[in-house]
Amino acid sequence: MQNIEAQIEDLKSQIAAIDKKIPSDKISMIVFSGDMDKVLAAFVIATGAVAMGMEVVMFFTFWGTPILRDKKKKVGGKDTMGKMFGAMLPKGSCEVKLSKMNMGGMGTAMMKSLMKKKNVASLDKMIEMAQEFGVQIYVCEMSMDLMGFKREEMIDYSNMSYCGVATFLEQAKDSKIQLFI
Amino acid sequence: MSEEIKVDKVMDLKGLPCPMPILKVTKGIKEVEIGQVIEVWSTDPGSINDFPSWARTRGHEILKIDPNGTVTKFYIKRLV
Repeated sequence: MQNIEAQIEDLKSQIAAIDKKIPSDKISMIVFSGDMDKVLAAFVIATGAVAMGMEVVMFFTFWGTPILRDKKKKVGGKDTMGKMFGAMLPKGSCEVKLSKMNMGGMGTAMMKSLMKKKNVASLDKMIEMAQEFGVQIYVCEMSMDLMGFKREEMIDYSNMSYCGVATFLEQAKDSKIQLFI
Repeated sequence: MSEEIKVDKVMDLKGLPCPMPILKVTKGIKEVEIGQVIEVWSTDPGSINDFPSWARTRGHEILKIDPNGTVTKFYIKRLV
């Protein structure tokens, strides 16, 4: 009898260990690209996933980082390289370009007007929707530092924090879907 | 058949492309009680597949899909 009880206890602890290994209904995305079309796709998937009942985390790194800059904010105290990067990289989601057919900005402008005509949500609007739906955004601290961005120049987004690779991996390990965009 | 479905809320999503229809419906369905029905009008051709996928995943029931020219009407019952 005692043997059976011991076996049940053993099984219980095994089930608990297995339970811990089952990923949650979560999607983890790395937004590496700074192209308007790719980032738009990332936000469409992110908001769609929340609508489907999933938890969503987005990690912005490298070229994705400048998309989260606020064009209205100005910060001082940058070094020469920081100033250079700051000037050359897009300042916010309004300044990003298409990955294809940009044609010196003409293609992007045409796409934007077409999107407006067809009622397709702009990147700006999608970021707003993501905030409303509770999409968690993490920004790569290393990219921020490398490009000389300061936290004060980033957009006001309620669920945004700064992290490194371990935070992403912890979340990705526990996600059913992981995407690199 | 359509007379038999008692609708508690109507959502006009005409002209909205993906992903807006499912985002709006996700919010809209919370405004009715469990067991009540929303009627959704959509012109997005993707909705024909998207609403059933969404309903299956969220655990709601699509009572009827009524394609009527460019506008399709969906009758969705909130179950959870």
